Amino acid sequence: MSKELNSKVPTGQLKDLWTAHKDHIGLVNPANRRNIDIIVVGTGLAGGSASASLAEMGYNVKAFCFQDSPRRAHSIAAQGGINAAKNYQNDGDSVYRLFYDTEKGGDYRSREENTYRLAEVSANIIDQCVAQGVPFAREYGGLLDNRSFGGVQVSRTFYAKGQTGQQLLLGAYSAMNRQIAKGKITMYNRHEMLELVVVDGKARGIIARNLVTGKLERHSAHAVVLGTGGYGNVFFLSTNAMGSNASAAWRAHKKGAYFANPCYTQIHPTCIPRSGDYQSKLTLMSESLRNDGRIWVPKNMEDAVAIREGRLKPTDIKPEDRDYYLERRYPAFGNLVPRDVASRAAKERCDAGYGVNKTGEAVYLDFSSAIMRYGKEQANLHHEYDASDDRIRELGEKIVEAKYGNLFQMYEKIVDQNPYKTPMMIYPAVHYTMGGLWVDYNLMTTIDGCYCIGEANFSDHGANRLGASALMQGLADGYFVLPYTIGDYLQHEIRTGKISTETPEFDEAEKNVKERLEFFINNKGTKSVDHFHRLLGKIMWDNVGMARNEAGLKEAIVEIKRIREEFYKDVFVPGEMNEMNPELEKATRVADFMELAELFAVDALHRTESCGGHFREESQTEEGEALRDDKNFAYVAAWEWTGNPGEAVLHKEKLEFKGIELKQRSYK
Amino acid sequence: MKLTLKVWRQKNSDDKGKIETYNVDNISEHMSFLEMMDVLNEQLIAEGKEPVAFDHDCREGICGMCSMFINGEPHGPGKGITTCQLHMRSFNDGDTIYIEPFRSRGFPVIKDLIVDRSAFDRIQQAGGYISINTSGNTIDANATPIPKDDADKAFDAATCIGCGACVATCKNSSAMLFISAKVSQLALLPQGKVEAKERVLAMVEQMDKEGFGNCSNTGACEVECPKGISLENIARLNREFLDASITSDK
Repeated sequence: MSKELNSKVPTGQLKDLWTAHKDHIGLVNPANRRNIDIIVVGTGLAGGSASASLAEMGYNVKAFCFQDSPRRAHSIAAQGGINAAKNYQNDGDSVYRLFYDTEKGGDYRSREENTYRLAEVSANIIDQCVAQGVPFAREYGGLLDNRSFGGVQVSRTFYAKGQTGQQLLLGAYSAMNRQIAKGKITMYNRHEMLELVVVDGKARGIIARNLVTGKLERHSAHAVVLGTGGYGNVFFLSTNAMGSNASAAWRAHKKGAYFANPCYTQIHPTCIPRSGDYQSKLTLMSESLRNDGRIWVPKNMEDAVAIREGRLKPTDIKPEDRDYYLERRYPAFGNLVPRDVASRAAKERCDAGYGVNKTGEAVYLDFSSAIMRYGKEQANLHHEYDASDDRIRELGEKIVEAKYGNLFQMYEKIVDQNPYKTPMMIYPAVHYTMGGLWVDYNLMTTIDGCYCIGEANFSDHGANRLGASALMQGLADGYFVLPYTIGDYLQHEIRTGKISTETPEFDEAEKNVKERLEFFINNKGTKSVDHFHRLLGKIMWDNVGMARNEAGLKEAIVEIKRIREEFYKDVFVPGEMNEMNPELEKATRVADFMELAELFAVDALHRTESCGGHFREESQTEEGEALRDDKNFAYVAAWEWTGNPGEAVLHKEKLEFKGIELKQRSYK
Repeated sequence: MKLTLKVWRQKNSDDKGKIETYNVDNISEHMSFLEMMDVLNEQLIAEGKEPVAFDHDCREGICGMCSMFINGEPHGPGKGITTCQLHMRSFNDGDTIYIEPFRSRGFPVIKDLIVDRSAFDRIQQAGGYISINTSGNTIDANATPIPKDDADKAFDAATCIGCGACVATCKNSSAMLFISAKVSQLALLPQGKVEAKERVLAMVEQMDKEGFGNCSNTGACEVECPKGISLENIARLNREFLDASITSDK
């Protein structure tokens, strides 16, 4: 029963669309909202802000998170900042420019009307957050400070040191708390959604497992909102939290929600390199570091080898013997090229043999120039015109500490090296997934009444997300978009009344979940869940990672199937179902990753162009840059589940651009 | 490295619980403490035993989920770190390490090393917010300049990750560092001043209801806090509380 894609984008001038849409969209009156229930799964920036806003409007919200508190959602780990077209720095920024940069940064693979709306509401986010008490960084005059991020030529990023995500999430959490206290949000901590319940084609509830007691619970609602984040952990090693998973979105996919562009993955250029096989996750160092850090590897192979063997230190390499390869290849943007470009450039140098740690997979991020530059500025301010180099360095280190102190501290804790004195080592790692559930302009999936917001949907970032745009999208969707658009659907639900959980659909859904859980408990295999997750992650990283080709992808599809079969045959899950059982939680998540991974590879195989984070070796310019194929691939690939990830049916949403001219992306 | 681990095992909240002894081998100094726990769990699973349940999520020191009491200290040895940021280079070959859950009446044990910290959520729900709707129709963010010093102090207080180390280490099981962080953040900002009195009274009332003790200025919380939340915040909490108690209408 396949469904045609209808993006429901209103017609008209790009800059007026959202306002006009809001003016004409259906509303639910306040008295009726009290009789309508909404389930929100996930309490990150998207889910948390949506829960708070919907509850303020008067809907009855049931919010779910698998962590012990909504405040722990992984949005909390976002470091660098949040974009907004405020133009406080008077550097020519505007809504259009933010839209333009986001669309271009995404390599022209996002729906321009969604991206424009995102840019449009961005300024409101900052007003809102300041009013909530979010302590953004300020200048001495008391006004808000900004920094610059990759892929743009203005300073539009608002930040709170290296903890911007934490501060914004705690803002959303506080807005939630106000509604929890009023009883408008019922909070279900340590609960995990394991199935979506669809009744007569409409999303009507979920089956959730109470992770403390292990009991399955039925929850009904008039609409279900998924704000459950991305699927980066399909790679096993990523910067995502250990618990981050794709199960909610994948369950919705299997119930009829199309999955869009699964192959669009962001590999973040500035992460701490891996140190051994026991590694459980990777840690990101904020992209904001590229404002002041210069990226380099040795120019001469002998030096690179000497460094790897510990015979030379990075500080021994003379400036003229360093290859600042981003500044060399991309003079206009230098170290601030977008993430996909910076990541591939690092891989290129390391593949060529210039890597600087034992594994050969690391490049330097060096702050010595910035320290001296700031130091001189400070010396002048202090009237110390003949300060020694040591004194200048001391003054400069203070400024760098004020800007990035917590990041430097984090690095030192993990690597046991002082980044003020010796360059950091970094390497790309999986960080964010642009793909996700397909949604229309109202953020509804192809299942009526099932919405998807934040990283979990596909809509705003195309094939590559710019830095500081994830926080923007999460809050835009939750605070300012969904609360309006959901009314358009719920206006037809005011006469529905309470939805019963004692129906054949809920019986069936709960039975399926129970069988899945029983399977794992009774399987009594010989290997742990992590064992299989690592195997899956390795094949994904090697064949479906930063560079992809036809042969590698075909091999990956075969391998993924094989690993999946092995997993079901031989996985061992200790413990029982009706108790707290972290291994069982992992098993159901990894089972869903095993299927998603295959669709991921199928999508990557079908898209024979390169765009943004999706780099097909067959499609590159002579200089090795990503080469798009707009004639054949200017569409969103939305996949429909037909019983097997390898046999998903492709639906295409053609991308049309009225507000922007398609160009080959250049950051030179 | 070879290590002997003495780990608290407790099947559920009704179980009495006891310390079990395990041995692990081939531990690299570059591993994080939680990666060492992963190794132990893989070993237990291979032996067909139940792995040790512990809370963790981001593994980069910001989510506040991990919560072990290691050799008598919350988050183990080392300053300014959470358990997930503790690395095995802080230990020596042959060491015996005691691993227990955070202990407090306010934090009942759920299983093994996992405790229930929902009391913290309830304290925040009592008043840890500014009562504005999220309509976006507020004033321009730059309409109210805030002195940088106040903004920086508010930020420093706001970096609390709600892990509960302060409670776990305090001889009174006091949650005052946690509460003072939120009270301070909002009291230092003009936006939060409007409700400052009601907020501090409500949050302190909830703190008492949850069974947390009071502060007697030993300062262990500040020492163990992974985010270095300053004791000055407790002083501010006391001032705010005293002021509100005398001058509030409630």
